[in-house]
Amino acid sequence: MTTPRKLKPVDAVIIGYGWTGAILAKTLTDAGLRVVALERGPARDTSPDFDYPRIADELRHGIRGELWQPLAAETVTVRHTVNDTAVPYRKYGSFVLGNGVGGAGVHWNGQLWRASPEDLGLRSHIEQRYGKHFVPPEMTIQDYPVSFAELEPHFDHFEKVCGVSGVAGNLRGTVQSVGNAFEGPRSDQFPTPALPAIYAAQLFEKASSELGYRSFPVPAANSSVAFTNPYGVRMGPCNLCGYCERFGCFLYSKASPQTTILPILADRSNLEVRTNAYVTRILKDSAGTRATGVVYIDENGQELQQPADLVVLSAFQMHNVRLLLLSGIGTPYDPVTGKGVLGKNYAYQMFGVTTAFFDEEVQINPFIGAGAAGLRAIDDFNSDHYDHTKQGFVGGAMIYAGGTGGRPIEQMLLPPNTPRWGRAWKAAVHKHYRHSAPITLMGTVMSYRDRYLSLDPTYTDKFGIPLLRITFDWHDNEYRMAAYTAAKMEEIVRQMKPESQATLLLKPGNHYDVRIYQSTHTTGGAIMGTNPSNSVINRYSQSWDLPNLFVYGASAFPQNIGYNPTGLLAGLAYFSADKLKTSYLKSPAPLVSS
Amino acid sequence: MAAVSRLIPTEGAGPGAIEAGVSEFIDRQMELPYGHGSFFYLRGPFHPESPATLGYQLRYTPREIYRLGIEDTNAAARKIHGMDFARLEAAHQDRMLESIEKGLLELPTVPASTLFAQLLENTREGYFSDPIYGGNRDMVAWRWIGFPGARADFTDWIDQAGTEYPYGPVSIRGTKA
Repeated sequence: MTTPRKLKPVDAVIIGYGWTGAILAKTLTDAGLRVVALERGPARDTSPDFDYPRIADELRHGIRGELWQPLAAETVTVRHTVNDTAVPYRKYGSFVLGNGVGGAGVHWNGQLWRASPEDLGLRSHIEQRYGKHFVPPEMTIQDYPVSFAELEPHFDHFEKVCGVSGVAGNLRGTVQSVGNAFEGPRSDQFPTPALPAIYAAQLFEKASSELGYRSFPVPAANSSVAFTNPYGVRMGPCNLCGYCERFGCFLYSKASPQTTILPILADRSNLEVRTNAYVTRILKDSAGTRATGVVYIDENGQELQQPADLVVLSAFQMHNVRLLLLSGIGTPYDPVTGKGVLGKNYAYQMFGVTTAFFDEEVQINPFIGAGAAGLRAIDDFNSDHYDHTKQGFVGGAMIYAGGTGGRPIEQMLLPPNTPRWGRAWKAAVHKHYRHSAPITLMGTVMSYRDRYLSLDPTYTDKFGIPLLRITFDWHDNEYRMAAYTAAKMEEIVRQMKPESQATLLLKPGNHYDVRIYQSTHTTGGAIMGTNPSNSVINRYSQSWDLPNLFVYGASAFPQNIGYNPTGLLAGLAYFSADKLKTSYLKSPAPLVSS
Repeated sequence: MAAVSRLIPTEGAGPGAIEAGVSEFIDRQMELPYGHGSFFYLRGPFHPESPATLGYQLRYTPREIYRLGIEDTNAAARKIHGMDFARLEAAHQDRMLESIEKGLLELPTVPASTLFAQLLENTREGYFSDPIYGGNRDMVAWRWIGFPGARADFTDWIDQAGTEYPYGPVSIRGTKA
């Protein structure tokens, strides 16, 4: 290939213009840096891209995935064990990848959780409470090198940026009579009041309370009222339209980079956003001690070099890891020797669903709902909120009630014995559609020696560049956790007194199945830690190898939490942004000595 | 396309696939980039022997699945019944579809279960998607299940949870039913 044409140097280049890219673009341009943001997908904004009625189209968005990364151009490969040959993820199933300005922050669900305090110091916490031998040897979990107390102001700020609706359960250390009693101490209330519970969530609320659990509103980045965020950006109230996750919000109500941060960046003269810019590698100096910029392919297929003093890698978790591997930054993880850290500790989210099928008098109205809006949850069996001494597993799950919409192609809930076609199917969709509701568990997934990310030796993207390869399957710890929490979930659903109920749950022998949508909560691969031998980045998201490279996103998680990841990854980004502002930009240097 | 009329039949209460325009929906989809496979990663090498849990691993686009699958199904129908699938009586079509669904009927190119999955997926899409795509004609399927379509505003119902939603569907083009 010819040498890429060299562009005028800038102070900072941002790779990926989703949530963390937007957060860092604001931080760096606030500080007066000249910044270029490179986004692989197209430009997107609420209008015209998410305008009503065109957005209310299940086939276009919910099924064909107009907002997702086109897999024809680039996908990942998947295998279950290190001895298998990985094959491409050819059609969407298990997870959906974002694309374009706003990234997956456009079509997420809006459940905005903080981690639990013990999630962050996980290994230390478990070893201290249950002994050193409680964590099995193949489990490679480690502490996040940052505490809940350090992240709290940043969680709080991001919630305000997003106009999150909810009810505080622990205010400055005092457990409240409402809200999540298990959450870490909040410094402030939620910025907007909780949305009223949708009907399925009301039934769950009543049943949980009868069983002695205190349910609470799921923290929802779906504003409940007209709200102005700390940046002066105005959001509108959510109307529970039913077209939330997989869709852009036409009401300026679901938080996305577009509805919260990008409006104030739009006219900054020191920021240039280049879309359809596909970054292929991060460049290093000849000594390999500094990042010098990036190479990308523009929409005309031309290869360009963008020199920069600071490189911000803020693409999706998988793309972050792939770019680091392609750029030869850090030592790739070897699952046989355990050496190397790049690609290590890939994890995912455990899920399970119990569907309640009510009789025709119970009006669930499943189409009324949106992302996180109007949902209710219990957190009693998540994290280490309960005694694990006799459980024989680490972790847990948050259990939440209610659907995110009732879109009939994807979200039709039918009893498992229903024929898939014919007269009986037609009768069943009529009988059950308006009267069924899902209750879902969102579970932790630990990290393991044999679960990791690497470059695929065979398959390439449309430019001939290797795809990322996922080596992943479930471990016994997660099956056990799911069985335990699902039993609690089923007990609550029984108390809701449906006509019948059915649970979809992964059990030993069920392998990771890429055909079924589970979540897009993929984590790890460029994890954070206390030193270069256990991590790719330090507590400030700074690369141990190249101190002028910062890596953001769920790729930093050493293992996954039992909550949606956006709150934690945004908290980590703001924590780092604060350090950049107060320290790094004044005197660029390693922020933690290695 | 006779098969779609068996997957969601006309008989019994509620609209069948034919009245809902599902055939037209599928015909149109096959002319779009989706039908030509441009939504999928279709680079080789191909390992169709991979575990089913690793997902679709064939080289065929949706159009090719139909073209090859229909040819093979008709050949099998001629062998068993002496005529093409479309000319069989409904009961025979149903039995043949059952053996395709269960993979009991061996088809020489596209595996029977792949053909069935493609057909069922597109049939349901055509039944339930917005009428703008040619299926769900007059929003018959939405009316059948009680889905309000592109209404997408439930502000007036947030405080009335648990009561029957009274309004019929609207489409993206603004038609009501």
